[in-house]
Amino acid sequence: MSTASAATVATQPDTPLVRVSDLTVRFVNHDASVHAVNGVSFDLQRGEVLGILGESGSGKSVTLKTLMRLLPARKTRLGGAINVAGQDVMALDARGLTAYRGSVVSMIFQEPMLAFDPVFTIGYQIAEAVVQHEGVSRAAGMQRALEMLERVQIPSARRRLDAYPHEMSGGMRQRAMIALALACKPQLLLADEPTTALDATVQIQILLLLRELQKEFGMAVIFVTHDVGVAVEVSDRVAVMYAGRFIETGTVRDIIRNPRHPYSQGLLAANVLPGMTDRAAGAARERIEAIPGSPPNMSKVPEGCAFAPRCKYAEERCGMAFPPAAAVSASHQVHCIRG
Amino acid sequence: MTAKLLEVRDLRKHFPIKGGLLNRQTATVRAVDGVSFHVDTGETLGVVGESGCGKSTTARLVMHLIEHDEGNIAFDGKTVGSQHMPLKELRRQMQMVFQDSFASLNPRLTIEESIAFGPQVHGVPAAEARTRARDLLAKVGLNPAQFIRRYPHELSGGQRQRVNIARALALQPKLVILDESVSALDKSVQAQVLNLLADLKTEFGLTYLFISHDLNVVQYMSDRVMVMYLGRIAEVGPVATLYNESAHPYTRALLSAMPSLDPDCRTAAPPLTGDPPNPINPPSGCRFRTRCPYAEAVCEHKEPPLALVSTGHLAACHIANPASGHSKVGMVLLKAA
Repeated sequence: MSTASAATVATQPDTPLVRVSDLTVRFVNHDASVHAVNGVSFDLQRGEVLGILGESGSGKSVTLKTLMRLLPARKTRLGGAINVAGQDVMALDARGLTAYRGSVVSMIFQEPMLAFDPVFTIGYQIAEAVVQHEGVSRAAGMQRALEMLERVQIPSARRRLDAYPHEMSGGMRQRAMIALALACKPQLLLADEPTTALDATVQIQILLLLRELQKEFGMAVIFVTHDVGVAVEVSDRVAVMYAGRFIETGTVRDIIRNPRHPYSQGLLAANVLPGMTDRAAGAARERIEAIPGSPPNMSKVPEGCAFAPRCKYAEERCGMAFPPAAAVSASHQVHCIRG
Repeated sequence: MTAKLLEVRDLRKHFPIKGGLLNRQTATVRAVDGVSFHVDTGETLGVVGESGCGKSTTARLVMHLIEHDEGNIAFDGKTVGSQHMPLKELRRQMQMVFQDSFASLNPRLTIEESIAFGPQVHGVPAAEARTRARDLLAKVGLNPAQFIRRYPHELSGGQRQRVNIARALALQPKLVILDESVSALDKSVQAQVLNLLADLKTEFGLTYLFISHDLNVVQYMSDRVMVMYLGRIAEVGPVATLYNESAHPYTRALLSAMPSLDPDCRTAAPPLTGDPPNPINPPSGCRFRTRCPYAEAVCEHKEPPLALVSTGHLAACHIANPASGHSKVGMVLLKAA
């Protein structure tokens, strides 16, 4: 059952599907708090794939979970606004969220074993989602489950409908989770490192499958990863995240060919290792240009640019205020005083 | 000039799976199934492969953390376990750094105690062991004054892994086994630790057995590389040869499966379909044949031996072996565009 507001927006193709403005997320505990996201704003068009690139603790997964409103309400303080397909996500109540999750927005995770209920078959769980959201019969739900399993290229799909999650291999479970997420044809798919736990030869299969399904379903995707290569394979646009902020955004080409933020440059240098340019056997290794230090403690909102303590270009004014976005080109923005 | 520091012959380890009413053995995981290789003094041998290929089991067998079923391990020319190389002496000369930096450290010991523990067990006086711990902390880039009294939970992942490296070096070993030691670290921290490992290798004249699933990192670190698949060696050779002229279709596929870093040249088709098979019932003949694009009848019936392709380069594939009867003998495997 698609909501009325989603349908009205679908007729206005100019408005972005997702509009996030000044999102802040803080986790509070009785004696400490963590400022996980510190002012993230972005728009996402229909059918666009945004890759969020960042290291552990940068707030990329938290941003994604906030879009799905998955964080525990009692321990989380949210700020800012999120609008997805015309709905104010921050204002949704429990019933609204149930309708929103699965039909408008869907999410896939790193560990599919945790996303499925171990005591129900794969087919039952996919069918249940379809029955819940579209109000069809269980038989129709099962039929959709079969179609989806075939669509994600699970061999002998009919037999797999009756399989339990533990009976499948890692790659198959990931495919099944994608089938579950897409069963109700969401407009936005959130992907939280879905290929990180997979073997290399399986990872590339899943990435290409996601790319294919994204085109076919025309959905928008936000893909979170720490792996530059993975981001390049799937994204149209990339946002580099550090200490809870987007520090650089641009098209994949902008970020890969012309990274402007010192952190983005360091991250790329750490991925494209000098050995990849055919080092002759026995020849001396070039040193990797490593970023010194480690990511900041997030118990306080970082003052100024959070990367300044690790940055070789840092000046005094870096510590005073978070640099506003400087436009490198129409598609490319960087938050660095050097521009 | 180069001596074989470590030589492994026909190493085999099968894990029984028990179950059923009487808890009888129902199946066998053939984790390592006839693996022979050597590591020369002063080199880095990289080991790559997907999960379940036996790379970590091999490391644990070499380290004698688990006992092998069959085969022979010789360190510095002496059979391990014989009177010339008792286990305690082996462990002094061979140390290991694991993936999980937290689980590797005793949470109740300070950093200094952890590093000084090994030398004391091996008869170094306590005061000297502590001095050594401080020196090593400085060597791995941690300020001794600041860190010696800390506990593992007070350190970041990168710092803990530096402590683990310092601890491994405290016994002044010849060989260090690095089992996915940098895999859990963030990329920016990983680069620092890789630089550190390269520096320490030069400074202490170390030999590394470097295990990783990350082909970029293995290429950067290694002199030679060994590719494993389902408990056997698929291919082994000098790093440049293996990456540019791989002779085994599996090596080729692994390389093609690396995500492209060029937005104008994304990967168009996956090199392999399906998941790696289960090592409980590996396919007959060549274990890779179920996923190999060039598999023929001969691959099903006959297991390809690890045969010489060029100097120091061996591959276990019928295509690389002129006498095998495979129709594509001698075919050059092309790099993906």
